[in-house]
Amino acid sequence: MNAPHQATYLGMPAFPTAADASTRNTQLRANLRHATHTIRAKRASAVAELDDWSRLRAAGAAIKDRTLRHLDHYLERLESAVTAAGGHVHWAADADEANRIVTELVRATGEREVVKVKSMATQEIGLNNALATAGITAYETDLAELIVQLGDDLPSHILVPAIHRNRGEIRDIFAAKMAQWGRPAPEGLTDAPADLAEAARLHLREKFLNAKVGISGANFMVAETGTLVVVESEGNGRMCLTLPETLISVVGIEKIVPTFQDLEVFLQLLPRSSTAERMNPYTSTWTGTTDADGPSTFHLVLLDNGRTDTLADTVGRQALRCIRCSACLNVCPVYERAGGHAYGSAYPGPIGAILTPQLRGTQSEVDASLPYASSLCGACYEVCPVAIDIPEVLVHLRERVVEGGPASVRGTRAVIKPAKGHAAERAAMRAARWALDHPLVLRTGQRLASRTRRFHPRRLPGPGRAWSDTRELPSVPEESFRDWWQRTRGGSRTEGRKTT
Amino acid sequence: MTPRDPGSRNPDDPGNPGAQGAHAPGTRSTQDPGPHAPGAPGLGSRALVMARIRRALADVPRAETPGEVPVERTYHRVHGDRGSAETVDLLAEHLADYRAIVHRADTPDHTGAPEAPGAPGAPSLPALIARLLADRGATSVAVPPGLPASWLSDVPDAVRRVPDAAELTPHDLDAVSSVVTACAVAIAETGTVVLDAAPDQGRRHITLVPDHHICVIRVPDQVVGSVPEALERLDPARPLTWISGPSATSDIELDRVEGVHGPRTLEVILVGPQTAGRS
Repeated sequence: MNAPHQATYLGMPAFPTAADASTRNTQLRANLRHATHTIRAKRASAVAELDDWSRLRAAGAAIKDRTLRHLDHYLERLESAVTAAGGHVHWAADADEANRIVTELVRATGEREVVKVKSMATQEIGLNNALATAGITAYETDLAELIVQLGDDLPSHILVPAIHRNRGEIRDIFAAKMAQWGRPAPEGLTDAPADLAEAARLHLREKFLNAKVGISGANFMVAETGTLVVVESEGNGRMCLTLPETLISVVGIEKIVPTFQDLEVFLQLLPRSSTAERMNPYTSTWTGTTDADGPSTFHLVLLDNGRTDTLADTVGRQALRCIRCSACLNVCPVYERAGGHAYGSAYPGPIGAILTPQLRGTQSEVDASLPYASSLCGACYEVCPVAIDIPEVLVHLRERVVEGGPASVRGTRAVIKPAKGHAAERAAMRAARWALDHPLVLRTGQRLASRTRRFHPRRLPGPGRAWSDTRELPSVPEESFRDWWQRTRGGSRTEGRKTT
Repeated sequence: MTPRDPGSRNPDDPGNPGAQGAHAPGTRSTQDPGPHAPGAPGLGSRALVMARIRRALADVPRAETPGEVPVERTYHRVHGDRGSAETVDLLAEHLADYRAIVHRADTPDHTGAPEAPGAPGAPSLPALIARLLADRGATSVAVPPGLPASWLSDVPDAVRRVPDAAELTPHDLDAVSSVVTACAVAIAETGTVVLDAAPDQGRRHITLVPDHHICVIRVPDQVVGSVPEALERLDPARPLTWISGPSATSDIELDRVEGVHGPRTLEVILVGPQTAGRS
């Protein structure tokens, strides 16, 4: 089997352009509304079972903050613990380097096929395409990732990458594409979820049983013990972590927790936030290698790829607490309507809107647009199990886009230029500041606006037109508040000529 | 606030443990030459990433230790106040919530005789295991090396015993009907059993490839209330598998469906002295 290239996020349009198209896709919107509403109510009841949720949440945030403030210390501890347990640790400063390391490690085994556990880090770096270029086929084994891979599609959700597909579409993809990748779909496959899951089981079984190399990410890495943790549901993770001879895990440097006991917080926060379960069906932990049980060779690739730039921003740093539960996606009104692809990266939704522009910088059009992909309603902050104040970071990043300023870019301090296309906004803000600083100017302006109110257009001309396409211009009152107050003293004097 | 020194801030750290002996000591630099700088590729990236981190954390006072970053652990050690019988009942309820099939058996020590038809109370463990394998039509069963021999004493010889061995291939295991194991600990609040690959549980692959897993929990000793209590009992150096119900997925329309790659049938036997009044 040759290794087909998969779709990539490269060259994606800015969020407003992408969302303009996706919001018109009624099938997509129906699928997303159904799925996100299903999970919302379930999450709320799973969380309500624990009366100390807010304390667990605070502890989760604090443990992550402790880790991030001393990340160098914990990485050194992790490295020595993993090495002592028989693992090999590699460091990758960026995506290219991580891809190169993994490709070399797979080549060294002589294998041309690998099985993969669903992993955000490997999606982020585009590992499958890098492997395909080297002639290595990566089989995605998570059901949703399989749907995406077979459909030559892109993930649109952190937990359920194929959330934009409904059961009928999944049936069609399986029936059409499974034969190209291995065992064909059963004859007469129905769209019942149980039948679709059975088809995936049969299709992937031979791949698991023959696999010599497994590739994974990790949900957590314990610095103290060198233990890695993968949280999953289907058992494909267990297959990939247990049956192959070689295991390669690509993990972001921020995935550390200090101690084994710290897992007690996250193993309570994560399942309830993501799949709304008391506990997910399977959690695997491993520490280096174990004699005659599981892979005999274990490689850990520690990935930076913009995480240290994110760490350098004292406001934006909190995004690195994220445990990829996807609760923020499921409650977000913007995500529900625009869908995950509009965010142009492996990280969609509210967390993507603050993580992607920090990992990749705000230079590209799509990255500069992401901090605006939000109504700032705050639902994401409310459900976040590690209390990331997403609206705060969004506003902070909007300021960086418009004003520019100092930031860390690939590990080096740099001064970001103000983004193009915000000149009118900046000019308007400067004018407003000047007017508000000069009471006489303000009063004259307000009176002028009141007197000319009948001539005001409904729509803005020129560049303001797009703004008023979907909004009414506010109507200017007959009299400003200040004038009304001076005249009536807040209504204590008899209303004069202005009564209606 | 003293800006942090870009060098090592943690002199108590175990030095440079070495990524396969990859990096030489003293290569740390405050300059960021980029990962593709001349020299052996990848070798400098540890130093590079570490230097980036230290620069990024310039706001953290140099003298601050990790322990000084406050973490308030005011959450509960366990939710609710239950006796051991109630904890076992909660475990049974939560296991069943996620479609594990729960059975109860009396300790082998307490019942000399095999299960008599119509006898009150729980069956003996060997009788129950034999019945579950027969109901399933199992022709073979994977057996961990340290599984008490008495547990399978009622299983007919016609059911082939497949001892867990390093030589077993995944294909061998794919032809095995069932597996019987003990466990390390079970968690009532979440309906979870944890395996730690001890001799009475065997290597991880035997509980993964066969489609039918019978897991025996000694109650009440092996049952804890909560996740924090379970972690206290577990050894992170051992490979751990936490199992909460059979394999499942939420990948189709975020709706939960049981049965993908792991064992699709999980039967849990709570074995222990059966106290009066329990349902």
